Order: sequence, then structure tokens, then C-alpha cells
Amino acid sequence: MQRFPCPFCGLRDETEFHYGGEAGNDRPEPAAEVSDQGWAEYLHIETNPKGRSREIWVHMTCGEFFLLERDTVTHEVFASESLRRAAP
Amino acid sequence: MAKDYSTLRLLREGLRGHTGWQPAWRDAEPKGDYDALVIGGGGHGLATAYYLAKNHGLKRIALVEKGWLGGGNTGRNTTAIRSNYFYPESVALYDFALKLYEGLSRDLNYNIMFSQRGLAVVAHSEAEMEMAARIVNAMQINGTDAELLSREQVLEKAPLLNQSDRARYPIYGGIWQGRAGTARHDAVAWGYARGASTLGVDIIQNCEVTGFLVEQGRCVGVETSRGTIRAGVTGMAVAGHSGVLAGLAGFRLPIRSFALQAMVSEPVKPCLDTVLLYMGTGTYLSQSDKGELVIGGGLDRVLSYGQRGNPPLQEQVISGMLEMFPSFGQLKLLRQWAGIVDVVPDSSPIIGPSPLPGLFINGGWGTGGFKAIPAGGWLLAHLMATGEHHEISRPFDLSRFTTGRLIDEAAGSAIAH
Amino acid sequence: MTAASQSKQHTTSTDALTFTFDGRALVGRHGDTVASALLANGVFTIGRSFKYHRPRGFWSAGAEEPNGLFDIRHQGRHHPNARGTLVPLEAGMEVRSVNTSPSAAQDRLSLLDRLGRFLPAGFYYKTFLWPDWHLYEPRIRAMAGLGRLDPAFEPPGNSPQRSLHCDLLIIGAGPAGLAAAHAAATAGRRVLLVELQRQAGGSLLHRPARIEGLDGTDWVAATLNKLSDQGGELLTSTTAYGIYDHNLVCLWEQRQGRPDRLWRVRPREIVLATGASERPLVFENNDRPGILSADAGLHYLRRHGVRLGERVVIATNNDSVWPVATGLRDAGARVTIADSRAQASLPAPEGVELLTSAPVTSVQGRKRAEAVIVKGRSLAADLVLVSGGFTPNVHLYCQARGRLHYDEERLAFRPGQAVPGLQVVGAANGTFLLADALKEGHRSAGSKEDVPRAEAALEQFSIEAAWPDTKLAGRQWIDFQNDVTLKDVALAAQENFRSVEHLKRYTTLGMATDQGKTSNMNGLAAMAAVTGRTIPEVGTTTFRPPYVPVPFTVIAGRRRGELFSPVRRLVLENAHRQAGAAFREYGSWLRPAFYGVGTPEEAIHREARQARQSVGLFDGSPLGKIEVMGPQAAALLDFNSYNRLSTLKPGRIRYGFMLTESGVVYDDGVVLRVSEDHFIVSCSSGHVPGVVMRLEEWRQDRFDPSQVVVHNSTAQWSTLTATGPQARSLVAALDLGVDLGDDALPHMAFAQGRFRQWPVRVARVSFTGDRSYELSLPAAGALTLWQRMLVEGQKREATLLGSEALMILRAEKGYIVAGKDTDGYTMPMDLGLSGPREKRQDEYVGKRALFTPEATKPNRPALVGLEVEGSEPLPTGAHAIERSGTGQRSLGFVTSSYWSPMLGRPIALALVEAGRARLQQEIEIYHLGQQRRARVVAPCAFDPEGARLNA
Repeated sequence: MQRFPCPFCGLRDETEFHYGGEAGNDRPEPAAEVSDQGWAEYLHIETNPKGRSREIWVHMTCGEFFLLERDTVTHEVFASESLRRAAP
Repeated sequence: MAKDYSTLRLLREGLRGHTGWQPAWRDAEPKGDYDALVIGGGGHGLATAYYLAKNHGLKRIALVEKGWLGGGNTGRNTTAIRSNYFYPESVALYDFALKLYEGLSRDLNYNIMFSQRGLAVVAHSEAEMEMAARIVNAMQINGTDAELLSREQVLEKAPLLNQSDRARYPIYGGIWQGRAGTARHDAVAWGYARGASTLGVDIIQNCEVTGFLVEQGRCVGVETSRGTIRAGVTGMAVAGHSGVLAGLAGFRLPIRSFALQAMVSEPVKPCLDTVLLYMGTGTYLSQSDKGELVIGGGLDRVLSYGQRGNPPLQEQVISGMLEMFPSFGQLKLLRQWAGIVDVVPDSSPIIGPSPLPGLFINGGWGTGGFKAIPAGGWLLAHLMATGEHHEISRPFDLSRFTTGRLIDEAAGSAIAH
Repeated sequence: MTAASQSKQHTTSTDALTFTFDGRALVGRHGDTVASALLANGVFTIGRSFKYHRPRGFWSAGAEEPNGLFDIRHQGRHHPNARGTLVPLEAGMEVRSVNTSPSAAQDRLSLLDRLGRFLPAGFYYKTFLWPDWHLYEPRIRAMAGLGRLDPAFEPPGNSPQRSLHCDLLIIGAGPAGLAAAHAAATAGRRVLLVELQRQAGGSLLHRPARIEGLDGTDWVAATLNKLSDQGGELLTSTTAYGIYDHNLVCLWEQRQGRPDRLWRVRPREIVLATGASERPLVFENNDRPGILSADAGLHYLRRHGVRLGERVVIATNNDSVWPVATGLRDAGARVTIADSRAQASLPAPEGVELLTSAPVTSVQGRKRAEAVIVKGRSLAADLVLVSGGFTPNVHLYCQARGRLHYDEERLAFRPGQAVPGLQVVGAANGTFLLADALKEGHRSAGSKEDVPRAEAALEQFSIEAAWPDTKLAGRQWIDFQNDVTLKDVALAAQENFRSVEHLKRYTTLGMATDQGKTSNMNGLAAMAAVTGRTIPEVGTTTFRPPYVPVPFTVIAGRRRGELFSPVRRLVLENAHRQAGAAFREYGSWLRPAFYGVGTPEEAIHREARQARQSVGLFDGSPLGKIEVMGPQAAALLDFNSYNRLSTLKPGRIRYGFMLTESGVVYDDGVVLRVSEDHFIVSCSSGHVPGVVMRLEEWRQDRFDPSQVVVHNSTAQWSTLTATGPQARSLVAALDLGVDLGDDALPHMAFAQGRFRQWPVRVARVSFTGDRSYELSLPAAGALTLWQRMLVEGQKREATLLGSEALMILRAEKGYIVAGKDTDGYTMPMDLGLSGPREKRQDEYVGKRALFTPEATKPNRPALVGLEVEGSEPLPTGAHAIERSGTGQRSLGFVTSSYWSPMLGRPIALALVEAGRARLQQEIEIYHLGQQRRARVVAPCAFDPEGARLNA
């Protein structure tokens, strides 16, 4: 059982979290200008790093998405960070 | 090739202290240059090397393995072999593998203990029975064996199943594939290694690929921990680590790596004669010839390259088993472990040319690569030797992610494979 | 009593416990383990080996025991493969040997031992090829396995599980662990100390010592008092079996008379004081009953008062056996130490014979050792005690990602680099002398106080390698339980199974239920010797959890039945039960499938007909009710949905889809616009969590989270539906304060009303094609309103409508159930909804995927209706097929199929390739080898004009 630090709720069991994808996978838009290849990259292609990894996770109990940096081999957790932007 | 394994030979060797047995395979030193190079000494890689030599007559073949043969998922899986798939492309692939498995012990002169004890997928509601019918019909139409079982027929196959009216997952019936079964996983690797070695393949263990040689945009070999190896054509079969090698080759794949756990009980006298999967619990199990219950379930929830088990899923799988077989609560967990599997968006394998010309991929097998080993090897060998897809592998090309023509078994059958 | 003599506890008869072994009645004593009781009764042959059926006896007194496995029946329970060295004896136990027939003493398959030469490691890979494996497998299976399962016994699912946080978890309550506990408790830290044996103390309970001026056992008692005074906790009969991610430690606590318990412990720090296991020496017939670990010999003597033999030979390569020799001498045995070393480092104890350069090369005797061969000479011995050195129990350290290094001096793999949060002390660290172990334990707790002063019988430890010698004649055992001999290791090397993992897998060395605790070191040393490598070059296999086999019931805990996977229950469940509902599970919700008497089919058809004729009342409470609020609510929903929602007027309702980014229909449902900034998303019940999550994801990723919120109120609101020609009159009678006129409340509009103190949302949406009213109100009011609806219903010949009848009604109309009538490829165009794809200029989830080559191919599947001759509905799951030459292929499949009571004929929905182009064509339908024909028609079979919506 791993434990992840939710930036809002603190350290919680891994079973409370859901994986949201690799960080930095921006949605290509507008659709009319995106190639089949470009859409496939966004939808499916992964870096899948062995070692240090930057990932988006959601803490299902509070509903907040956040950035998690961890090691995919040792499972060491380095940091988590809120994705909240300041209101415009 | 050597066909010297037989009962008679065993008796003769018994009388002279077994001094006559030769190494099952020859450990080779890497030479500088080969016609074909296979990366990965698991089942798929070894089978690829074997079929490159056997089917295509290639002479100068090398296989490199970073650790020991069969040390990845080939030696870590739950040994089920089946072709109970929904889409014709999948049935063509996995039934091809199953057919090769049916003749493999004799082809390799190595008893891989393929035990066609049948596999039952148990349904727990009328809705699931309708889904079961959809799958059975698809299997029959696509040319493989399948039956729709009634509750009574399921209980005949596995009398110790939970028959209670109040069971959380009542038994309505199920999907049966009689030709499915289990095999001795290590023996598949060793049998192919022995076969390949006999046909002249250089098998090189403890040889890790550290980079790819690229000349004029084409892969012409690899850098390894034991020096440079050049090759006319290169194939990789390193499921679990496909993404890592792709990174070395300069491209990315639609693959995520997850730990898949498996576990065995202490050995007991026979108590389960088939392979069994519950739709409701997701737990599947069979009993090995040694008497251990071999148990598996779904993926861990956290992406990982750490080959280790984790309690949440372990508890889920074991509780699921006890829902199915309450009497198995008498038994104990003997050993648990995990393998790293390639998980592809549509849960179908990737077989075909890679974005780097001269390099071909066999990977993305998810949780079910073992059952496909003979086909995976056969098809990658075909690609490497001819440069062209075999008709069975064509739908599994990487291009499907761009065209959108995925082969997603869960989409059609609502069962994750 | 022939050989084993009893002293101390065994001389008193007041606490006698009767039990049986292989049907024979025996008497043990309170405090015995099954092992000590059998040994006290002179039972040395306790089982047969896995492969050759050789007679076997106990080797050890602990968790590493390879031979002493039993099927134990006690108080209605059955425990296959129980490890006799750890099971406390209880009165009335029926103990049976495993893998024997009929008994350990007389086993029919013992002749297999004579065929041993034909059954070397991996023999099965080379034979059974003709005609094929299936001919042989059943017999092989029957011979394999150890214990027997009792098919009639189903253990209850009542094992509790506890979670605990503590400052310091100390695993192992031997001297090092106790020293750590003492120091930590003194420093005021919260300590949990666990010990797998029944009693804390470890070697102090049988090896003489004085600590701080106290006798060893008294120091143990004093230390435990101190621990408990400081609030520390001790768990005995408790095994730490695994260290998992982020240092989660799992413990299995065995409790007599109560269910075992699982502990999940999150300690700040861990001290491993797990001790070491004594290794066998490898010589001919080293597996015979009556050959035990030297330490076990002393253990049984001192802890249980059982002297295992009168004429004892102790085979050793190290100093640790000296106290064993003196102990047995003091108990009256004649003792010879056969030391393989040229020179022993200690003088012979008084009254003990010491032979040097005297390795034991063979043992005579079949069911009990009778003599040993030393220097070619036979020495009579009824007990052979063996010490080949000690293997630190480093399993947990390795599970925590520790790396071992090989210590040439101590001949052991010891912990190498430090693992954060974890220390290894005492024998587990290769520290075999008492004073040093106490010091390590003491320091590990960070204590600055003085180390406890100790005097032990053994003040020095030296050892000289005596690894397996392939030149030695005869069959020498490496792995007792799996019957792996030295020749098997040599054969593995000869056949190139030289990697330690290949060695393990090819010979099965270390794969038995003891997981190689006594055999792995000798196995890899043998491999090193055979292949001319060093021991560290060969290396170890991976140490996998669990440390000892753990009952499945302990791991499963109370997660059984509904606790394994809870069902969701309706607020009105009891009301439905009183109305005679039959419940089924629909997407984790337990809902009425149908009501009343008769066969299910009759009931379902009656409900479906009556709902169309008068009015049907349906509990639709699980229907999603997700509120989306804020200035950016409309923009979020536009992006989330295939259909635009920002154009919806307040008070109105729109049907539509949500797609995945792959363009596949994720869910269908309606959205209500309450006001400019407030929407309610009414998705299908099974998709509620998923829809909430995707709305949250886009809200946070794409919008300003302060400008829109998503709130799931599904569980707080109930939804009760009236549908059918009498629905309006019924709802009117409820007096909700809503104008039900079609101008004020047309189809796809809603109004806010009131029922007593509760607000009620009255929505005109229809899943049946008939005029319908969905009444949503706070769940607290659901029962009152439902009862009122029943009363009004009675006046109108209303029927209660279960899910099954509703499925017929919606299928008559061609309305889909997402996930049933769609699959993981279905795009909105396949369901006939192409408008947004063609018209929408703005972005929405899944948009780009609707334009890939696959999405634009002409023969995409389409949802169609199917008509058949006769009265028999098509089976759901049947396929439409197309034949070409000898082959056939699937064109799609039937997704829903029913008998329509209103139409008086079967109806069906199907996803069929190029389905719309096949309208009015006949296609072939395949089901389990049977063929029928069907005509492709439009999905809607009933009231295609939609007149009944306003009837």
C-alpha cells in the first residue's frame, strides 16, 4: 500500500487516488487543425518513464487533481503540487 | 535439431548417472555481426529466434537477454493458455498460438506440459449470460471452440464453487473453452531456447541493450553491456519494458507499465481441474500439477516498474477467490510476486515495424502474453525475415492508433483481457 | 519410551493433552507444540517426502521447518499443511501426516525412492511426450500435492484486521529484539514487539546466559515487564510476513480459540531482529529421521524437556554446538562432536568426545538414524544433531529493497547498505554472539545508556566452510521438502541451468512451503562449487513475501459477501419488498426487477402491458442528479457534451450524449437547465461516479474552478416516475402545485413544485414513449410521496413497474441503454445522431476522434431493429452473420430482445455493420449453432409518430 500526499488532504492511501495521465500532455486544438497522428499522440502515446515521473492524479475523496512526482521503480514519492490557478 | 529427449533415453541415462545430457542451450559470446538480432530472452524473443531459424532458414541469428532466460513475464505469469476472444483479429492471433501450443512439446522435443483442462468464465446474472452468449457466438463464428455452459455444467466442472443461494456472485452459467488450459511456463522458454540453440542461434545472457546503432535513419544493431552487435534486422520482444527500449531507440509508444501480481497457495491434492475466472470478482485460478493454486487478478492501480506485489490488490484477489471457493479458506498463501506488463489502450498487442526502420516490435501484451508466445514469435520472425506483415499480425500494427481502428476486446465483450 | 526421554514438564501428568497421529492415540503436555509432543512420544518418522516418499522427521523447531507438515483437524476445523513446529498442541487434535498412504510409518509409495535414479531434476521435461502429456497428467497430479483439502469445511469470514501506527516496530523478541525494546521503552517511544513463537525470548529460552546479573529467562521476563510498564505492546505467535511499499508491515497474529488477525503496521522505524536459521550439512542420507538442527536439539531439551537421543553425534563446522553438547551431556546423553575442522577452536567439553577433521559422510538407518560414518568408521548414534552454520533471516530486509553482501568470515549473506527507516540487528545481521547482539539491539533504539552486560555459554564464534562436496558418494539432500539432491544441482549445472534462478526453477530447490529457508544457501554453494564460481557470484534468488505461508482467510479478513463488494440500496427498498418485489442487481444497485406473483415472465409482461394501458409507477432514484453551477456552467457542459447545452432555455430539458476523447458514446441522458447558471445532469445510474469525475477533470483543467462547481446530489434525491396514459391524472392528484397543462409543462420541460414540506421537481421526460412525469424530491420525502402515489395509483389500475418491464417499454421505442445497446466502439453517428458532429464549430470532448479514418468509414455499425417470424424472441447475444464461400463472419449482434406484450410479437435491437443500408433486408442470425432469419427495421417498433408522449 503506497501513500500519496494530496496537497489538500495530506498523506492518504493509494486506494483513494486515481491516475490522470502524464503531466504536460496538452490537448491539441482546434480539432480541424489536428492531424490523425497528432490526435493519436495526445490520446495514446506515453513517455512511460522508468524512474522519476511527473504525473497528474486525482484524490477521489476530495475531487482535486494535482501533480505528483514519484519514482516508478522504487515508489519513492518526491512531491505533490496543487494545480489550482489563481482566479483571473 | 536434437530430438534426444525420450523415456528410453531417460532410462538409459538413469543407469549411467545422467552423465550424457548436454546443455539445454549453448551460452554464446557475442560476435560482432549477425543477419538478425532478437532483443529479449523471454518466451516471445526465444520463439522469434527459433522460428527465424526454423521457418526462414536464417543462419546468423543472435538473441540478447539482459538477465537470465525466461526471467521476465514468461517466468512470472499464471500460465493460462486460451483463445476465448471476441473479435476475429484476436481469435486469429490467439487461436494460432493455441494451435502451435498443441503441437509444441513434440515440435520442440520438450515437454511443456500443455494441459488442455479447459477454461470456464463464470457469469452471475442474466445480463452477464447475454454477454456470455454474445462472446460464445463470436468465438464459434470466428472458428474456435466455445460452449455456453448452464449453472449445472459449471458446477460439474468445478464442484467446489460457491453454490449458496446467498452467494455474492451466484452462478448462472458461463463460457467454456475446452481446448484452453495451462502449461509449464519456464519449460516454454527453455524448450524454445534449446530448439533455437540447436538450430545455431547464439543465445547471449546477461547482455543488456544500452542503445541502438542508427545509420542513415535505419537501425543496424545495438550497443550492449557486452559490446556492439550489428545486425541486418533487429526485433524486440521485451514486454514490460517496451517503453524503455523505445526510449533508447528515440520513439514513444502507446504503452503504460503496470505491475501484475500473481500468487500461489501451498500445494494440496487435486481440488480444481479447470482454469476458472469469475466475471464478478475478476479473480482467476487453476491448480498446478504440483498442487499449488495459481491465482491472479487485475492490475495494480499505480503505474510501476517495481516487480513486487502490493496488499490492496492481493487482498482483493484473495477475497475474490474465497467468494468463489469458500473451502479454499483452509489454505495458505505461499508466495506472491509481480511482473511488469505493457498496457496498451485497446489491450491488444503491438506487432509490426517500429518508427525506426530496421527495428520491429513485439510487445504490448498486457496481462496475456504467455498464451501468445508461439504466435508472437512466429509473427515477429515473419516480419523480420520478410519485412512484411503476416496476415495475422497486420491488424496489430502500430498504425491502428492513428487510424482509430483499435482492437479492444473490452469494448466488444465487456471482459478485460 | 525408547529413545526420547522426558523430563521437567513432561514428568507431570496433570496437564496431559490427548491427540492422535495417523490414527494412533498419543499423549502430550500443555505447552507442547505438535512437534515436541510427537518427539516426546518417540515419533520420528512424521511424513514422507514430496517426490521419493522418503521417511522424514523434524529438522527444526521453528518457521524454517521443511518436513514437519500435517493435516490437522480440531474442533470442526481443518488445517492442511500445518507446520507442526509452530502449532500449539491442543487436546483432541487429529494430526495426520501428509503425502502418505496409509501412514507416515507405512507408506505404499515408498518404492519410488528406489526409482530415484530415473527421476532426476526436470525428468518430466524429457519424457511423457508420447502420445502426449494428457495421458500422464492425472496420475502425476494425484501423486503431487501435500495435504488434503476438506471440501466440506468452509472457514468463516470473520478474521479481524487492525491498522496501527507506532514509533518503533521490533520484529523478533530474541535477545537483540528485547534489548532494542528495552532501550526504546526506556526512552519513552511507542513500541510494538512481535515474536513468531508462542513465547518471547528466542535463544535465551534454551541457551544458558546471564544478563545484567540475571538468568537469561529472568532477564526476558524483566524486560517484558519494563516494556509493558512503558506502554509498549508485545504480540507473540505473530509473524511479520511482509514489508511492502512505504514500509507497510503486515503481521499475522495466531490466536487460540479466536480467529487469527491481520495487522497492518506503519512504524516510523523498524528493527529487524529476526534471527538466523541453522543450515544442514550435506552428506549421504542427511535427510533421515533423527537428524536435526543442533539448536533444535537443545530447544526441544530445554523448552519441552524432551531429550531426543541417548547416543548423540553432533556434526558441525563451527563453535555454536558446544553448549548443545554440554546440555545433552548434562541430560545424560553420550555425546560426540564430529567437527569437520582440522582444529576446533574450543577444547572438548568435559565428558564429550571431540573428533576433528571428522566430517560426517553418511548416516545409516532408514526410519531413524542408527549410525554415522565418520572418517570411514561407523559410530552408533540414535540422534544426529547438525550445524552447518547459520543463515541470517534477511527476508524482510530484502523485501524492503535491501541488498545483501557475502561475509566470507561468517559464511553468510548479511545486510549490506542501509535501508531508510530500517535496521537489522543480532543474528539476522550475522551477529551470532549474545553480547554483540544485545549491543546492536540496544544501539538500534538510539539509546545512550549502557549496554546490558551479558555472559553466555558461547563466547566466541568461528566457522569453517564445509559446503557440499560433489565428490562425495551417495544421495545427499539439499532441499528436504522438494527432494532436491546435490546430484540434481550438478545436473542443472551440466545442462546449463546455472543462473541461481534457473537452478531454482529447474530443480525446484527452495520452492517448497519452507521457501528454501534451510536449503537455499547449500544449493547456491553447491552451484558455486560445481561451476567454479564464488558464492556471491552465484547470488541469491529474490526473497518474496510471505515469510511463512499465511492463511487466505487472514488476508481476506471480513471482505466477504456484501463486504467484498457492497450493493447500493434504494431508500424505498422495504416498501418494494412489501409490495412483493423480486430484486436483482443492476450496475451495483439492488432494484426491483418485477413485482408480484406468477412466473417472472408473466409478471414482467403484465407490468409492461398495464403501464401502457393505465399508469406504471417506477422508482428511478439511482438516476444521476449532478448539479453544475456557476457562471461557467454552460461552457463546461458544452465542452463535456456532444450536444450543445448553452442554448437550452431555463425550465427545459435536452437529451444527448457524452463521448470519451476517443469519440465513443460514454453515456446518454438528459440535462435540465434550472437557471442561467444552474444545470442538473441526469446521467444513467451506473455512470454517476464517472460523469462526476470527468466533469471535475475538465472543470479544473480548462475552466476557472471558482466560476463553476460540480455537485453530486444523486444520493440525496429520490426520483419516482409515473408513466402511461393515466400519469397526468395521477400526478395531478398529488397536488404538487404545478400547472400540468401541456402548454405550461410540455414534453422536455420541468417545473418546481412542492409536496408537503419537500420541494419536488416535476420533469416531463420519458423512457417509455408514453406521457411520463419524473418526480424528484429529497430522499427523506420519498416514502411519503411513494405511498401517496400508490394510493392514487390504486384508483387508476396502476401497476408497479420493475426494471425488467421498463426495459421492454424502452426497447419497444428503440431507446438505448448505454453499455448494453452500445459497445466500446459506438459513436453518436452509429445511433443516428450526426448533427453536432456536422455542425458544431466549437470544441467538445471526443470531437477530433469523430473524424479519424475509422470514424468516417462507410460501413460503420448502426443501431437497428430486427423483426422475426414467429413468437420466439431472438436471443440477446445472437450474431448477425454473412457467409462467403466456406467462411462466415459476424456483422454485429443483438443487444436487446424481448417479447412485446403490446405488439404481440418479438422485438429486438441490434448493432449491425452498415445497418441503415440494410433496412428492410433480411439477414441471417446465428446463435449457438442455430440459424434464423430476421428483417432489419428501424429501432422504434411502437408508436413511431410519438403520439403517446402527449396522449
